[in-house]
Amino acid sequence: MTHAIDVRGLRKSFGRTEVLTGIDLTVDRGTVFALLGPNGAGKTTLINVLSTLALPDAGTAVIDGHDVVASPLAVRASIGLTGQSAAVDGVLTGEENLVLMGRLSGLRPRDARARARHLLERFDLAESARKRAKAYSGGMRRRLDLALSLVVTPPVLFLDEPTTGLDTRSRQALWEVIRSLRDEGTTVLLTTQYLEEADQLADRIAVLDHGVIVAEGTAAELKARTGGEVVELRAADESLLCEIPTDGTVSGLRRAIDELDASGLDGTISIRKPSLDDVFLTLTERVGS
Amino acid sequence: MTAVAPVRGALRFGTEESVFIGRSLRHSIRNIDALIMAIMLPVILMLLFTFVFGGALDSEGGYVDYVVPGIILLCAGFGSAGTAVDVAGDMETGIIDRFRTMPIRAWAVLTGHVVASLVRNLFATVVVIGVALLVGFRPNASPLEWLAAFGIIALYILAITYLFAAIGLAARSAEAANGYTFILMFLPYLSSAFVPVDTLPVWLQWIAQNQPITPIIESIRGLLLGTDLGASPLLALGWCALILVAAVVWAAAVFRRKAARR
Repeated sequence: MTHAIDVRGLRKSFGRTEVLTGIDLTVDRGTVFALLGPNGAGKTTLINVLSTLALPDAGTAVIDGHDVVASPLAVRASIGLTGQSAAVDGVLTGEENLVLMGRLSGLRPRDARARARHLLERFDLAESARKRAKAYSGGMRRRLDLALSLVVTPPVLFLDEPTTGLDTRSRQALWEVIRSLRDEGTTVLLTTQYLEEADQLADRIAVLDHGVIVAEGTAAELKARTGGEVVELRAADESLLCEIPTDGTVSGLRRAIDELDASGLDGTISIRKPSLDDVFLTLTERVGS
Repeated sequence: MTAVAPVRGALRFGTEESVFIGRSLRHSIRNIDALIMAIMLPVILMLLFTFVFGGALDSEGGYVDYVVPGIILLCAGFGSAGTAVDVAGDMETGIIDRFRTMPIRAWAVLTGHVVASLVRNLFATVVVIGVALLVGFRPNASPLEWLAAFGIIALYILAITYLFAAIGLAARSAEAANGYTFILMFLPYLSSAFVPVDTLPVWLQWIAQNQPITPIIESIRGLLLGTDLGASPLLALGWCALILVAAVVWAAAVFRRKAARR
């Protein structure tokens, strides 16, 4: 079986700025793949190439069996995209936006209207269905934007920072939607700056920094890559005084404790598993420096 | 998902066009201020020219007959200029990008704006003619001549709307697009719209006689009022066709450059 997304040696420059400097990536069908990286890492450029908005300079990208350069129309029939800027029609109401998208996706008018009603319910927009999207709050626009890319469920869904600007409740709701989409067999590639989001949602995670993937694996694998447990020293008021990563061995632990001893700091010691934050910082620092 | 999501269906021929035309018509109706302006401004200008300047220009009160064809074209200009702003707005908000990631002809977005402009402007033209009849416009055209006049007006609106659509594509923002449209608004003033060409200074006569608006106005005048047509209809059709082709080619080139994959 082919992969839902298969990217090899992908490069993209704008002028003299190399944004993607050789991306290799495969995503299995029916999984959620998170592309994690700081601002300017090239996440959006990669999404643009994969969703046929931009042409790669070199390398190949195959989505759902179709090459993005050779058969863009077939790729477009297989994908949905929710971009960073909420691209909704502000003059039309939420409902009209959804019906428009339904009609453009080949639904008959009646089916498009039924689908719109369902999505408005699902994304908690039913009360504002007849209001112009211009009057929506940021979170509502975001939800409408996502609903628009789910009018027909695409085999592959790209979500470019889907929860940026959402409150906690909306974010949780969106995560539920993404999980259920995955359970129905949709492949989701999402970009995010939130480690928690990648940790919660993704089957696999790739860390993108300065146009290259610096690490890839499951959340557990990535955490294991930074080594073993982290030794933390906290003051009486629970504030963090110091943390030292270890390699997980007894001698490594002893070295960490010796180090704390020598530092002269006083507090309570605890040992925890590394978080994705540790992984992220370790990986992006290494490349950055 | 609680309900089974529908699968993408094949689009029937013309679906994109009809969907986008519907969208742009909704935009037109909801942008009520612009719609009222596009109708009111030509009507006010016509009343101004008829009742304020008209007496001085033609003391026998026949100026209304002379000025209406020019006002109609002025009106078409006002109405279609909005297309530049609409198109630039679509480029700016990124909604075109959304359409470009779908297996549809994204160019149909422009078709929608153009057809909506045509509908809007023909409606405004009918209103202007209606008011003109109330204030003493007395055409003596046969139904066929009316039809021919409307044909030329429609072709002019189509050509100039595509030109504004291209300007909207090329502009950096909706505000910039709005600015550029003003340049084109001045053309009717340098034509036979308000005064006969032979009353102009010689150097202006040359401009007035050789610009597209004059033969279009003379054609409408000839068809509705029976003045001498001469070669005007041919020149009018030629100019409209030329503007239309040039504007579509320009728009397509800009669209390819801006909305194509880079």
